[in-house]
Amino acid sequence: MHYSLTHLKQLESEAIFIIREVAAQFEKPVLLFSGGKDSITMVRLAQKAFWPAKIPFPLMHIDTGHNFKETIDFRDKLVDELGVKLIVRTVQDSIDKGRVQEEKGANAMRNGLQTTTLLDGIEEFQFDAAFGGARRDEEKARAKERFMSHRDDFGQWDPKNQRPELWNLFNARKQVGEHFRIFPLSNWTEMDVWQYIAHENLEIPSIYFAHDRSVVDRKGMLLAQSEFITLLEGEEYEERQIRFRTVGDMSCTGAVESDAASLEEIIQEVASARLTERGGRADDRRSEAAMEDRKKQGYF
Amino acid sequence: MTTEEDLKLDSEKYLNMDLLRFTTAGSVDDGKSTLIGRLLYDSKAIFEDQMESIEQASEQKGDDYVNLALLTDGLRAEREQGITIDVAYRYFATPKRKFIIADTPGHIQYTRNMVTGASTANLAIALVDARKGVVEQTCRHSFIASLLQIKHLVLCINKMDLVDYKQEVFEKIKTDFEEFSSKLDIPDIRIIPISALKGDNVVDKSESMDWYNGATLLHTLENVHISSDANFVDCRFPVQYVIRPQSDDNRDFRGYAGRVEGGVYKQGDEVVALPSGFTSKIKSIETIDGKIDEAFPPMSVVLTLEDEIDISRGDMIVRPNNQPHVGQELEVMISWLNEKPLNQGGKYILRHTTKEMKAIVKDVRYKVDINTLHRIEDDKTIKLNDIGRVMIRTAQPVFFDSYKKNRSTGSLILIDEFTNETVGAGMII
Ligand SMILES: Nc1nc2c(ncn2[C@@H]2O[C@H](COP(=O)(O)OP(=O)(O)O)[C@@H](O)[C@H]2O)c(=O)[nH]1
Repeated sequence: MHYSLTHLKQLESEAIFIIREVAAQFEKPVLLFSGGKDSITMVRLAQKAFWPAKIPFPLMHIDTGHNFKETIDFRDKLVDELGVKLIVRTVQDSIDKGRVQEEKGANAMRNGLQTTTLLDGIEEFQFDAAFGGARRDEEKARAKERFMSHRDDFGQWDPKNQRPELWNLFNARKQVGEHFRIFPLSNWTEMDVWQYIAHENLEIPSIYFAHDRSVVDRKGMLLAQSEFITLLEGEEYEERQIRFRTVGDMSCTGAVESDAASLEEIIQEVASARLTERGGRADDRRSEAAMEDRKKQGYF
Repeated sequence: MTTEEDLKLDSEKYLNMDLLRFTTAGSVDDGKSTLIGRLLYDSKAIFEDQMESIEQASEQKGDDYVNLALLTDGLRAEREQGITIDVAYRYFATPKRKFIIADTPGHIQYTRNMVTGASTANLAIALVDARKGVVEQTCRHSFIASLLQIKHLVLCINKMDLVDYKQEVFEKIKTDFEEFSSKLDIPDIRIIPISALKGDNVVDKSESMDWYNGATLLHTLENVHISSDANFVDCRFPVQYVIRPQSDDNRDFRGYAGRVEGGVYKQGDEVVALPSGFTSKIKSIETIDGKIDEAFPPMSVVLTLEDEIDISRGDMIVRPNNQPHVGQELEVMISWLNEKPLNQGGKYILRHTTKEMKAIVKDVRYKVDINTLHRIEDDKTIKLNDIGRVMIRTAQPVFFDSYKKNRSTGSLILIDEFTNETVGAGMII
């Protein structure tokens, strides 16, 4: 008899193992949910980890206010089906309270501001572990990220002070006020996530599929028309057939031209894609070390 | 030329791929980053924007070639110092397999990273520079691979282009290495002459080395047989979490969640729970996708039992006729990971499978010179990057196997009680 598991089953098992470790080793975990494909995959894995019981922790959405309506509708429907609690904390609220200041200018975006809202949310509810859907293949600074990533009591990440992770032994001990970010999808690639979604037949927000939309071409990045975009001189909106590869903040999530209308077509598109997923996001483009800087401050 | 067809991905094949985890180690400048860059590049794991960004970075630094090595060092501190200081994970896939590379830096002081990377690897690649041959670090890397029970080692003799692709150079290094490696515990060792820079024997067979009849590196990685490396004989199921739904339709459900760390569990099997010693039978093996007939490593499942017995996290479900050792004194090879040296007689938190408890390092038996494998008995301070044999006494019984028999039930970590840092990685003898 020959016993072996496919790579995707191994990744699934690894993620479930980590999710269960967190539920056992931490007192108050939370799953950060953006409505994107990675957090949808995370929710599915959490569901599998505890089935037939419900997911034993809430979801939290850090809302920039710059949402695609499709994502929010999707989120509310999913939460309803799962019967889990959803917490929403908004960047607008942090701005109103004077905790952060809105960026100015045509390229203003709220991604950076999310950090404060997130850390405030974690503190408000005293969460000690926050699951994220980040993967190591997304970006260079993430290649050394741990499954369980330690944050000091300012929520900061110190790349030099991360605990070594050996075998499957995860050390979740911490001092009061510190917390961990947990990345069960660390070893997945973008392709793995898509294949998993297709294999598991998971529903995803419609903006992932090709559709017609009015967009502006800003230095090669296609931004969707919305009240959050200010046109620069010489720019104009035009109708294109596009889809989104991530569902974040409307003001900085770039679309790609595409006619991929089904999961299988998306998979084929990803297989032949010439750009990394984050390459379509304005916030990473600002500098080569942008991600690392934001991570140090406590970003996802 | 790539055609539309080449790019088309066969999803069914993709779903059926298996997974190989490997580490890479080599001394600085042996060409490790170039080799990884080439594997990623030739397997199309590098995207255009990543390529552009390293082209830009190379230009800025004044390199006159695109430095594939830049693909593999991530953090700014490293970029500034120009060295790799931590384990970095890389991903690529061919139509046959998905690969996870744990890229570990090769400096003397980074044994800790090598051990970390090796702890989850199926295979290790060690690099040597053809001009320099086997050096101390080659021996150290191989020793660590052996200590961590990696069953497959590939020694890549790199920069063959700089020694005119001569067979004598290869044979000499091969002989030297084999003399050393006969002392190791690695069943499968292969030696491949390559040029990472020019691409010889990495993905494509070299045209400059007809005398070499073996497989290329990629072919080796794609075909090495790993599915029998796990332990499918000795059943080990550390309980991670007890599942008790609070909903009406499942009120009586009580399941034990965990990952199979050894052996094959089947419905109807007689089992015993440790430490209580109560026996029962497996009623069902549950997953969200339905009940399954059998579970084997590394599957995460939920077991339900015929009888209601008291089992909680940290317990282990095993077979009555094949039980792990139970004890409070462990003989352990320890790799030290922290600036603060091991404190003989000191208290630590010990984590083993899903259990955590206090422990004391009672005695340091000896330290190992990791270059010669000799025992050092006069200096017993175990410092950062040292490896030594110790005796540990635990506050509660541990259910363990030797690391050689089972990597999961034979491994442990030590945690500093005050700083909470992971300070030691242990393999039970
Ligand atoms: N001629 C030749 N040079 C190589 C080869 N592999 C790497 N190099 C060069 O050796 C130097 C060190 O390589 P690098 O990959 O940065 O080494 P690392 O420190 O092991 O990561 C660079 O200048 C490479 O271009 C090879 O196969 N042949």
